[in-house]
Amino acid sequence: MSTPNTFRSGPDEGGHFDLFGGRYVAETLMPLILDLERAWGEARTDPGYTAELDHFLAHYAGRPSPLYFAERLTQELGGAKIYFKRDELNHTGSHKINNCLGQILLARRMGKKRIIAETGAGQHGVATATVCARFDLDCTIYMGEVDIQRQQPNVFRMKLLGAKVVPVGSGSATLKDAMNEALRDWVASVETTYYLIGTAAGPHPYPAMVRDFQSVIGREVRQQLDAAEGRGPDTLIACIGGGSNAIGLFHPFLDDAGVEMFAVEAAGEGLDSGRHAASISAGVPGVLHGSRSYLLQDDDGQISEAHSISAGLDYPGIGPEHAWLHEQGRVHYVSATDAEALAAFKLCSELEGIIPALEPAHALAHVIRHCPGLARDHLVVMNLCGRGDKDVFLVARHLGVEL
Amino acid sequence: MNTGAAPDRIHERFTALRAEGRAGLVTFVTAGDPDFETSWNILAGLPEAGADLIEIGMPFSDPMADGPAIQASSLRALGSGQNMAKTIDLVRRFRAADATTPLLLMGYYNPIYRYGNQRFLDDAKSAGADGLIIVDLPPEEDSELCLPARDTGLHFIRLATPTTDQARLAKVLTNASGFIYYVSITGITGTRSARPGDVNERIAALRAATDLPIAVGFGIKTPQQAAAIARIADAVVVGSALVERIRQGLDDDRRPGAGLVAETLGLVKELAAGVRGARQSGAATG
Repeated sequence: MSTPNTFRSGPDEGGHFDLFGGRYVAETLMPLILDLERAWGEARTDPGYTAELDHFLAHYAGRPSPLYFAERLTQELGGAKIYFKRDELNHTGSHKINNCLGQILLARRMGKKRIIAETGAGQHGVATATVCARFDLDCTIYMGEVDIQRQQPNVFRMKLLGAKVVPVGSGSATLKDAMNEALRDWVASVETTYYLIGTAAGPHPYPAMVRDFQSVIGREVRQQLDAAEGRGPDTLIACIGGGSNAIGLFHPFLDDAGVEMFAVEAAGEGLDSGRHAASISAGVPGVLHGSRSYLLQDDDGQISEAHSISAGLDYPGIGPEHAWLHEQGRVHYVSATDAEALAAFKLCSELEGIIPALEPAHALAHVIRHCPGLARDHLVVMNLCGRGDKDVFLVARHLGVEL
Repeated sequence: MNTGAAPDRIHERFTALRAEGRAGLVTFVTAGDPDFETSWNILAGLPEAGADLIEIGMPFSDPMADGPAIQASSLRALGSGQNMAKTIDLVRRFRAADATTPLLLMGYYNPIYRYGNQRFLDDAKSAGADGLIIVDLPPEEDSELCLPARDTGLHFIRLATPTTDQARLAKVLTNASGFIYYVSITGITGTRSARPGDVNERIAALRAATDLPIAVGFGIKTPQQAAAIARIADAVVVGSALVERIRQGLDDDRRPGAGLVAETLGLVKELAAGVRGARQSGAATG
């Protein structure tokens, strides 16, 4: 396969990144998806829209998030110089607010009064419920029953914010099933309802649109690292479920040939255990939730249940642009197990005084593996995309601690 | 569509229905629900019970456009070991027993893609299928399966919906063949029901744009509802009500009860009676 001139020009008009992406949805949804594409195309070039978004990102979400030199972790690992992009300090505690603000302003422009969303860890649900409260829009969040059990604090937050949380018991009762149910709602309510997808997946234009909203992460990193070090990064590392925080960090740097990138999938109990969520490491291409990408599935094309200690990574697919970047060889897709993520979670808390979410703890696990062998002037940026408050009960249980 | 010398069963069936002056009944059941043999027994009895065209659902783990009844039927089928090869076997068995009733395979794209697109088309065609209804392949993705299907001699049935406006209709009809499946509600299968008045209006718009027969589905559960739609459409599709009847026929251990097949076919007979009688009894009001 020849290397393209740029890794940043996709998708094409039909929403394809070569084989991946596309618009595999029911006919009922097609007119709305085309409307959305039109509205997004208009908004992104409208100075009024971008000024409004920038205002809310700065004054409501708290951007830019700091770029922090993790000095003690760097000393501990004894290799590369490690920076954290502190997206866990955003309002609502993760990178999800970047995308929610962008889409909610779009939904208002489109005159939609009702918002639906799916959530896994609850971070996207909380961010969606937050912007719905702020802009006085009716909000319904679909969440798997298993995830509701393990993310109780976020369920309560969503309810406090005025959202209706609908438990989804079908299938594996996690993120995939929440997305099925949100799509079923949407098919039945297209005229009034905006579906606020939380990750860089789904039918075109969502993967590109969510990527564009999250790319603020990478753009800030470029400026901040230049200010701190007088140059750009050598290595970028992010965790990946659907892939929105990873694509947000990576995308602005894709054409910087010297920058290596690692996306860390959830290996659950191990890639050989069959209980994991590593779509690229262990999946094959298929079509689900509106686009073609790598999927965990059996030989008959039935979707497998994913498993991860982290509800936010517990999804059997991955955004289509990541599938493409994998096949291009531009980004390395690696994985970390539940146990490695837990160890990283503890280490980060103890050394840096930062309790990370279990999702970026997977990225941190790769930092721990990868950095010791690197030169001391090698610059690594890891996206610390969520804070761990929501996970403390779950981690306590795994560590055998009674609260 | 170029089918060469092969019979175009869909065209022939709709021509015959028109000659009889009545609408057709299209029945949907999921292949392998609740198990392969029971599903075969239901399928084998459908023509005699009054089904004019038959849709066989290809089970999928994540049927995003379907309501609880068809979701559950898919899971029952997968739980009993159904897969694509067995679904094609079912088609082959049916065709060996019935040479004329049109048979459509309905479902989602991923199991087909995994099986291999051309392998699927060749196997489905040689087993005796007449067409495909694939929920998550809109005209935007026609090069994936729609065009290869037509090249293989299979109809690709297009769905039109209440959200398909006049401008989009042209796109929907571009590669349409066989018949048009009008989804009468914005929503998933087996939930709410459309008002015949609204459907009437949309069918008029469709008829102005195409000569293809028009089948109407989603939300049609009773013989009365089927009759109301049969007065205005060329065919009436019933699915969720049948798979719900199958579910009711399971015993406490979720195994098929003794009356399951007969009861399911009994509902088909009632629906067929509604459809067949519609234009006589309804002529004054229709």
